[in-house]
Amino acid sequence: MRKLRAFALRLRGLFRANRSDSDFAAELDSHVAMHTEDNIRSGLSREEAHRQALIRLGGADQARQAYRERSRLPFLETLGQDVTYAFRVLRKNPAFALVVILTLALGIGANTALFSIVNSVLLNPLPFPRPAELVSVHESKANFDQGSISYPNFRDWQRDNETLAALAISHQRRFTLTGATDAERVSGDYVSSDFFPILGVKPALGRLFLPGEDEIGRAPIVLISAGFWARKFGSSPAVLGKTLTLDGRNFAIVGVLPEDFDLSVGNFEAGDLYVPVGQWQQPALNNRFAGLGLHGIARLKPGVTLEQAQADMNGVTDRLAVAYPQADHGIRAKLVSMRHSVVGRVQPLLLVLLGSVGFVLLIACVNVANLLLARSTARTQEFAIRSALGAGRMRIVRQLLTESTILALAGGALGLLLASWGTHAVLKLAPMRLPRASHIHLSLPVLCFTLVISLAVGILFGLLPAWKVSRPKLQDTLKEGGRGVSGTHHRTQDLLVVFEMAMALVLLAGAGLMIRSMIALSRVDPGFDPQGVTTFSLAAPPSMSTATPGAVRAYYREVDRRVNQVPGVEGISLVTGSLPMTGNDDESLFWLENEPRPTNKNDMHWALNYVVEPDYLKIMGIRLLRGRFFTTSDNQPAPAVAVVDETFAHQYFGNKNPIGERINLDGPDKAVTVIGVAGHIMQWGLDNDASSPLHAEIYLPFMQLTDDDLSFQDGLGTDVVIRSRGDSASTMSDIQRALRQMDQQQVVYSAETMNNLIADTLAARRFSMVLLGLFAALALLLASVGMYGVISYLVSQRTQEIGIRMALGADRGHVLRWVLKTGGRLALTGVAVGLAAALALTQVMASSSMLYGVRAYDPWTLIGVTVLLVAVALAACYVPARRAMHIDPMQALRTE
Amino acid sequence: MGDKTDVWQGTLALMVLRTLDSMGPQHGYGLARRIEQTSGDLLQLNYGTLYPALLKLEQEGFIRSSWGVSENNRRAKFYELTKAGHRQLKKAAADWEQTTAILARFLTPAEEA
Repeated sequence: MRKLRAFALRLRGLFRANRSDSDFAAELDSHVAMHTEDNIRSGLSREEAHRQALIRLGGADQARQAYRERSRLPFLETLGQDVTYAFRVLRKNPAFALVVILTLALGIGANTALFSIVNSVLLNPLPFPRPAELVSVHESKANFDQGSISYPNFRDWQRDNETLAALAISHQRRFTLTGATDAERVSGDYVSSDFFPILGVKPALGRLFLPGEDEIGRAPIVLISAGFWARKFGSSPAVLGKTLTLDGRNFAIVGVLPEDFDLSVGNFEAGDLYVPVGQWQQPALNNRFAGLGLHGIARLKPGVTLEQAQADMNGVTDRLAVAYPQADHGIRAKLVSMRHSVVGRVQPLLLVLLGSVGFVLLIACVNVANLLLARSTARTQEFAIRSALGAGRMRIVRQLLTESTILALAGGALGLLLASWGTHAVLKLAPMRLPRASHIHLSLPVLCFTLVISLAVGILFGLLPAWKVSRPKLQDTLKEGGRGVSGTHHRTQDLLVVFEMAMALVLLAGAGLMIRSMIALSRVDPGFDPQGVTTFSLAAPPSMSTATPGAVRAYYREVDRRVNQVPGVEGISLVTGSLPMTGNDDESLFWLENEPRPTNKNDMHWALNYVVEPDYLKIMGIRLLRGRFFTTSDNQPAPAVAVVDETFAHQYFGNKNPIGERINLDGPDKAVTVIGVAGHIMQWGLDNDASSPLHAEIYLPFMQLTDDDLSFQDGLGTDVVIRSRGDSASTMSDIQRALRQMDQQQVVYSAETMNNLIADTLAARRFSMVLLGLFAALALLLASVGMYGVISYLVSQRTQEIGIRMALGADRGHVLRWVLKTGGRLALTGVAVGLAAALALTQVMASSSMLYGVRAYDPWTLIGVTVLLVAVALAACYVPARRAMHIDPMQALRTE
Repeated sequence: MGDKTDVWQGTLALMVLRTLDSMGPQHGYGLARRIEQTSGDLLQLNYGTLYPALLKLEQEGFIRSSWGVSENNRRAKFYELTKAGHRQLKKAAADWEQTTAILARFLTPAEEA
């Protein structure tokens, strides 16, 4: 209580300073006067009496200072003084302030930017209620651990399980929207009714799908996204009940989803509209064996663990395997936590990047510490004088702390600016499918993070020099003219520089390995020549869905003819099934001629299938190893043929010549004769082809698709590949025009050059390479600034010594060598420490498969980055070394 | 321990309270002289330290001050005990006595023997 009262009074004293000061001055005057009178009475002269009175008081100024400190809160008051003084000092040496602030800003900026991303992507990835209960659900089967679920299995799983609160499926799909304007391709998803309730999504307008509305044969209805609503209907509430014509059928709009709904998981990606899965006009929908790219999400019942749910689902699928041995033998449900599904892929990448950016921040801090240390040492004399003038030791420490905190806060503020800019820049660089990219922004926790970092830096590294400075015997310092600096200063600074160099080396090694991986990948032969190849998708006019197979074939032939006439086009092939590098894959199931027909599909062999036209091999530049490829005469009435790739040939025919062998394809069973062997191509990507489960490839002629297969064409459309000369963009717009002339109702979409598709498969890798490279460059820059600072400081401290050496006959070359040797020794020590640390870090990179075609301890990379680091370090020493070289010995000696 | 010695804050406060209790209202200079006298000139106060101590006591509400006129007709600031000051003096004196009594038990045999 008493303390509080005193505190309040002192706080008030801050604002009534003048009054209490003059009051005390009067009191002090009367004290001195009374004491002087007493002294005179005891026989001293008036002058001596006054002097003695002051001495006994311990100095009028000191008394006033002590009184002032008690009457107010000296802490607050001196803080104000310290801040003002700090600003003055920093203004007097703007270069120092600028370097410190920029250094910190770079470190903090990069850190905050990356932390913002990590915060949104990893720490808070699912903006849904109770996200821990969410799981993604897949069907595990031969070759596919997380394969797609058949519709009948989904219904049975939904009915039979006891651990899931709800289970839903979705399938991403594009629809052709026709109506008032030109036909347009819009993105959407087939979903089952529980999909949105599982995620806790509430409609912005209207309603969601009701239970049962997702079943086959119900009325066609559609939900639209807020974006689509705004774009097409100006966000008018009158949209409910209006119809959209999708793929030629009318769907009634029943609701609008909220604006912030955004999810990308498994095969689901938020789109423009959502249609009940039962509306899918896919004849195989009710086929228990057909996966069709349906994937599930589910919510666990409260208190149920993932393992319990998995065990429950295992029971469900085991019973189904007994009930449907044909289709469900070996089929299991696979549950994966939603968080892992969404971010599992990018987690190691982001963590490695976060670690490396943390290194950059550390280097920045070390640099700042070093600069502060060098500076405070240079100011030793200033502090000695201030101390002699009555400044307490704590006061000096506080002064230093204030200065460094101001620098830290300024650096933090500038860093925040850099961060908000950097976050956007990083997101632009980022692979397109960084989860929740649209939700990434600088958030409050990130702001706090920055503030804490910058303050911690200021306090921590402000304390270090403050502690050092407060130690020397001030009198000695005064006597020695400020150069009574002990060797420990050098040692601390040397240590810091070694640390910086070591960390810079670690980052350089990481970046170097990423670059080497990229180079290795650029040399990988995908088995085809992507140069000049463009792919696009074609949605046939909705009217074609009711056409006869003959009319459909005629339609496709007409497409071929029209595209072939476009100038610049050297070849066209329609493609269904797999298309390399696009993520589109389809598989043929088969058994060999000498094998009995397996009773269930999961015991058959699998191969990636490519259903193509005769030009395909030429367009893609795939090597033909044996036999021949398709011709136009390999059509419907002709004998069914196939071409296999070398992997297929080796796997199933060994050293036997496969030409003339027969393969039994599943589906509507059909035997095909192998007529040729093609080179293997990389289906999945340059860096992961080897690690993917399925390699065998089989080519089938497009024009030998059965009538059933043709009508299977979901929404009737196909992928197309062309080879063209010259500018692919202008060729594409010519093709678009030509096809629109043919029929207004057909849509060309998703045009992409094969080169871009390949680049996309490496996007994540390139992203981390660029970022890591950037961080390494930053680290190198900061470390060289640190080296420069230390060597400059060394030269300025040793000016006299150098002068004497030169006066005694050392030549300039000798001085230069001496300085460079000092710097070089630091750099090499740093390299040695760094190499050890780098080997540990690169192991982490290797184990999270960030490296390709290069070992974690690749000697060339390590040698390269070492040479680079030492060269840069020596260059940083060279500037102060030249200064040392040009010291005039006479001048240096005279200044003392 | 025979030398005139500096007085640290806590004991100084107690001396001030005790002196004001026995002498009644007193100005700073008079208090300082009186404390030295009472100590038999064993203590030599740095008078500059007395005023912050007085200010502290005043802020804590144990004493109050007002301007008055000294015996030599000088304007001076007089300090006097408050009620809280009286209570505090009793408490602090009791504490102090206890402390010295305990210390005495430790020190006496060794010193006097």
